[in-house]
Amino acid sequence: MSAPALPPGASEGGWPMARAMVGVGLVCGLLIVFVYEATRPRIERARAEALRQAVFEVLPGANSSRSFEREQDGHYVPARDGASSAERVHAGFDAENRLVGLALEAAGMGYQDVIRLLYGYAVESETIIGVHVLESRETPGLGDRVESDAGFQANFARLDVSLTADGRVILHPIEVVKPGEKRHPWQIDGLTGATITSKAIGSILRESTLARLPAIRVRLADFVEEVAP
Amino acid sequence: MPEQGLGSIFLNACLINNFVLAYFLGLCPFLGVSNRLETATRMGAAVSFVMLVASVCAFGIERVLVAIDAPYLRLISFIVVIASTVQLVEMFIRKTSPTLFRSLGIFLPLITTNCAILGLALFQTNKGYSFSQSIAYALGAGAGFTLALVLMAGLREKLDLAPVPDPVRGTALALVLAGILSMAFMGFAGLGV
Amino acid sequence: MNTEDFWKGLWRENPIFVQVLGMCPALAVSNTARNALAMGLATLFVLVASNAAVALLRNFVPKQVRIATYILVIATFVTIVDYTIQAISLELHRALGAFISLIVVNCLILGRAEAFASRNSIGRSVLDGAGMGLGFTLALLSLGAVREILGSGSLFGVALFHADFQPWVIMLLPSGGFFTLAAWLMLFGRWRAPDA
Repeated sequence: MSAPALPPGASEGGWPMARAMVGVGLVCGLLIVFVYEATRPRIERARAEALRQAVFEVLPGANSSRSFEREQDGHYVPARDGASSAERVHAGFDAENRLVGLALEAAGMGYQDVIRLLYGYAVESETIIGVHVLESRETPGLGDRVESDAGFQANFARLDVSLTADGRVILHPIEVVKPGEKRHPWQIDGLTGATITSKAIGSILRESTLARLPAIRVRLADFVEEVAP
Repeated sequence: MPEQGLGSIFLNACLINNFVLAYFLGLCPFLGVSNRLETATRMGAAVSFVMLVASVCAFGIERVLVAIDAPYLRLISFIVVIASTVQLVEMFIRKTSPTLFRSLGIFLPLITTNCAILGLALFQTNKGYSFSQSIAYALGAGAGFTLALVLMAGLREKLDLAPVPDPVRGTALALVLAGILSMAFMGFAGLGV
Repeated sequence: MNTEDFWKGLWRENPIFVQVLGMCPALAVSNTARNALAMGLATLFVLVASNAAVALLRNFVPKQVRIATYILVIATFVTIVDYTIQAISLELHRALGAFISLIVVNCLILGRAEAFASRNSIGRSVLDGAGMGLGFTLALLSLGAVREILGSGSLFGVALFHADFQPWVIMLLPSGGFFTLAAWLMLFGRWRAPDA
């Protein structure tokens, strides 16, 4: 629909125009701020709840969780409330308050758009034990099967990400192989029909584990100490 | 998130996630002016130009909105700024280059309500692109839009001469063509950029 | 009050099948019936609200700035819808993505504001908006239903066929959207041909 040309002789001077624009603009602005403030608590609650559910999903066996954020000196401290950031680490604890594992957020480019996911890292076995896609716009019916396909999800039951003896890097960085060719515990079987998306998930996990696990590993005590009353 | 190269952003916006054929953005002008090859080229040029300007503006606004912590004003300020930018661009072109104005002029008002422009502004914000990445994205989106429009116009010019049954004529046929083009563009996903 | 203001949007001047307006959201989010319905209802709300507001303001806003004012009004209602959907269901908001914001540039809404609401009473404008919005929703739903039935073998998430059914994945992809809309347009073209 085009903006039609102005009718001739319609000039009424600047004042009514300015009055109308400012008036309408003010009312609109107020309305938006009102709705934003009214819906914000609900939206934030829903977001926090969704994240909590995702943490329990990627850390089977956990039934309580606490979030931590990184300080300047590399230590992790319990997160203060406020805007959540991708840098946070969510620690999951079982019924006896033992640390089950850590849930970390990672993101990267998928086929259509950015994929954001949460993965669970089991501290004792040094494996990834669950992956949950937080946000993706992958093709429905093809790419988005990485979320639902049981065979593909089985890759993340025990995905090896153990560190080298000196704890500096990961011994075997995660690899994505052709469907059905998984031979080693650090490999991911690709998903037929979702080649690009499954490769993207593999590389998101690889980059994130390479970059973050060595630093987190040396600070494990930060997450456990908080448990003591 | 790992840094994406500028070239890969450009190719991605231009071919793999073509605005018209994968996101359905800017369909109104796509179906409206893709009858003649010449108008299609000019429309594509006008949209690409406005996209570039809008992308720069959107980047600036987003910085301001983040600074004053008012994300809820994003949509309203984007659309107001895009609408006024188009007006300014139109006035500027009319003053400086009458030739360019004659070739682009009638399309400029149409562009205000072209969803591709607002879509570009919103997507680049969602993806958190830096300034140079935004520019690459805008250039890619503009090139992709022009490419789709020109391909479509070429096909439709040929079809004018073909015998087509009556109920299929017009928009329906254009949509079938768009569907086939969209399928062809899916092949670019194999580029893996 | 004339009920024709309402009914014309459903059939005779159906926004998608007859006027072919506002197709970006129609194709982009119609890969499942649920998304299509949500998008249709969001557009319906924005259309009714903006038509009412524009009709209310029609004697107050000078001609030169009317388009700018309409865009301002529409953007406000779209922002409201955006936050409301987020508050109702985050999951739905994720599926519709940036396309809620793009309701602003849906040619249909600005078109009705300019062509109808700016020169008619509030009552008639609301009826017009409701009719057009409902017609848009129905059209979107018929697109979404076809694409979901063929593309995933289900409707509103309920499986319809035997497990052996091989879904036509193409219907969920962008090209499937183009084909489905083309097929509906042909059907309507055939239907309407006698009285055209």
